[in-house]
Amino acid sequence: MLSSTADHLYWMARSIERAENTARMLDVTYRMALLKQAVADADQEWRAMLSISGLHEDFDARYTESSAENVMYFMVFDKLNPGSIFNSIFAARENARAVRGAITSEMWEALNQTWLEMRLTQSAEIAERGVSRFFDWVKERSHLLRGLSYGTLLRDDSFLFLRLGTFIERADNTARILDVKYHILLPSPSDIGGAADYYQWGAILRSVSAFEAYRKIYRDQITPKRVADLLILRRDLPRSLSACLGEVHGVLQEINGVRAGELLRRCGLLHGQLHYGRIDEIFADGLHEFLSEFLDRIYDLGELVNTTYFWSTDE
Amino acid sequence: MKTAYDEMYAADGSVRESYRAYFEWMRGSTDEMLARKRKEAEVAFHRVGITFAVYGEETGQERLIPFDILPRIIPADEWQRLSDGLRQRVRALNAFLHDVYHDQEILKAGRVPSDQVLKNAHFRPEMAGVDLPEQIYAHIAGIDLVRADHGDRPGEYFVLEDNLRTPSGVSYMLENRKMMMRLFPELFASRSIAPVEHYPDLLLNSLRSVAPPGVVDPSVVVLTPGQFNSAYFEHAFLAQQMGVELVDGDDLFVRGGVVFMRTTQGPRRVDVIYRRIDDDFLDPLAFNKDSMLGVPGLFSAYRDGSVTLANAVGTGIADDKAIYIHVPEMIRFYCGEEPILANVPTWELAKVEDREYVLAHLAELVVKEVHGSGGYGMLVGPTASAAEIASFRDKIAADPARYIAQPTLALSTCPTFVESGVAPRHIDLRPYVLSGKEIQMVPGGLTRVALKEGSLVVNSSQGGGTKDTWVLEV
Repeated sequence: MLSSTADHLYWMARSIERAENTARMLDVTYRMALLKQAVADADQEWRAMLSISGLHEDFDARYTESSAENVMYFMVFDKLNPGSIFNSIFAARENARAVRGAITSEMWEALNQTWLEMRLTQSAEIAERGVSRFFDWVKERSHLLRGLSYGTLLRDDSFLFLRLGTFIERADNTARILDVKYHILLPSPSDIGGAADYYQWGAILRSVSAFEAYRKIYRDQITPKRVADLLILRRDLPRSLSACLGEVHGVLQEINGVRAGELLRRCGLLHGQLHYGRIDEIFADGLHEFLSEFLDRIYDLGELVNTTYFWSTDE
Repeated sequence: MKTAYDEMYAADGSVRESYRAYFEWMRGSTDEMLARKRKEAEVAFHRVGITFAVYGEETGQERLIPFDILPRIIPADEWQRLSDGLRQRVRALNAFLHDVYHDQEILKAGRVPSDQVLKNAHFRPEMAGVDLPEQIYAHIAGIDLVRADHGDRPGEYFVLEDNLRTPSGVSYMLENRKMMMRLFPELFASRSIAPVEHYPDLLLNSLRSVAPPGVVDPSVVVLTPGQFNSAYFEHAFLAQQMGVELVDGDDLFVRGGVVFMRTTQGPRRVDVIYRRIDDDFLDPLAFNKDSMLGVPGLFSAYRDGSVTLANAVGTGIADDKAIYIHVPEMIRFYCGEEPILANVPTWELAKVEDREYVLAHLAELVVKEVHGSGGYGMLVGPTASAAEIASFRDKIAADPARYIAQPTLALSTCPTFVESGVAPRHIDLRPYVLSGKEIQMVPGGLTRVALKEGSLVVNSSQGGGTKDTWVLEV
């Protein structure tokens, strides 16, 4: 297919996924901050949110306090923040508009409707009706779009590029959530294996819809190591890093492309590491180090996707 | 002005034969039913996403060109004559284009004034000597026809204008037919109405037939200026119907004199480009250097013959108003025949006799600038004030060669479902003529209707709508 079409579809999917994950993280941060007695502690939750998205510098440049109001506004409405939910939805819709012929009309209408509603939403409205309702709305729209793409789209390269975007973004976002949260909750290596704060870990699990899954699999108290194991290595959890890379690997093998040699190799290597990994070995080398490196490698994969499929004649 | 020729009713009030069956059906219908059907069409056009205008940013609602649910009907024998006339005309126009960019025989023979061609802004010297496949320049021609009582000939067809650059509107023709079959299946079951749905097939075949020589399995693309162009829907629609890629300038590049498109599987060669971008914006290296819409190096590859552009560069010389006057002469020169279809009678004010006649009848005529664009610098005699006429007289005296004049034609009318019910409204017709290895057409074309009572303006941007056009099979 045309490179530009694939590019639009890929970024449409990444934008929707980003909006959903931003909503998930904001929802959890909001709930956790409410539990904190001291303002300073609550602020710490909000700063964690900024670190997750790598946007703390952008934020600090234009806002003075990391208060709930400021961070919420920055991450939901701020038009100057490319990672805001507003901009993610806008980007998704603009990318879809450029390739209306490649998606079904239901998908377009659902996405356009999402954009029109987002445009009309005021921050005062959200404060009044409850922030969690807004985040639920974002997640629902994402689910609707995914359902429509699975339910209506022809299984050709269009569908594959959408999935490629979704799972690369999801892997990236999930790794970030785990990395930052893990550090906020366990600042020193000696805390590993100690008693966990039930609510904090529960919040992380819920943010990736994995709380019930944890219960089902481990049937025991929540420990940091098991949470990491679940979210990194368990391929039966749809949002784990292993599951995401499995999807990416599968998609790359199916996409009709003669140029994907290096991309497929690097993806295969990363997938293999997760597929056959052991949590003890990861912890032995350092979880933070593992996740940092993982983020670098996901970033590289994204770059390779660009040069492999969305190449320009300058290369 | 006396009453115009009506498509459905003869002068004595009787229903014309081609409309009789439809008339019977209409007698069984009510205004309420028609209103319901019209509403159904609107909703369906919106939902399916068919909109013929630029996407509205503010409301998120796209504008529709009004579609009238009452068809315009053309009997088979009438269409046969039109078809013969159109083929003859387009053949002559293509021959003219080949001639002016090669040996210029018609100019040497003095049958068309050289100055009007060679000094014309639309004449592209860069095309001189360029040999094109099948010697075709206007692969897709939209010839605007009007119908009027003229002299002692009732309901005569005239060619109002040739459109040989990027004629549009065929998507309306196709979608209107689809909508009519959906709204009134009973009408299609019992009557033989010539189909039009195969236009995209004909178009694709035609485009492939003019690929550069030696190419096996030619690849065709539709080149669009992008989604902000008002005809974007049509570009996307035709690409999708033909099963070819819709590309913009950024998707293409030229390497080694060959045009490629950027795909996820690497570069893919392109052989034929159905381009909906004006000449000036096609290639910043050859034409307007500020154009962001084109492909650098495209014109060079084109001249070398490694890619075909439809329509060719430089067709504007043949659809210019100044050249329009000479088309009947072109038909005589290249086809050795008398034109089957006549031009609208036109007076050239550059000629003394014509000028004298026009000045004596200014209040009855329409006077247009030869190089003007629709509506501007025009005098509509019958509706102008004495002062306007006087001031125009002065303009003519200052530079007569700038003007041509035509009679105010009362365009034919056709029953149209308007606010007050069914009433006659003025219409025109744009058939689409495809030229490749052979000339092909689908019967009919796009009928445009002026929705305002008495208005002769059929343009969609000024209150016009469209109708389905039925050519009855024998």
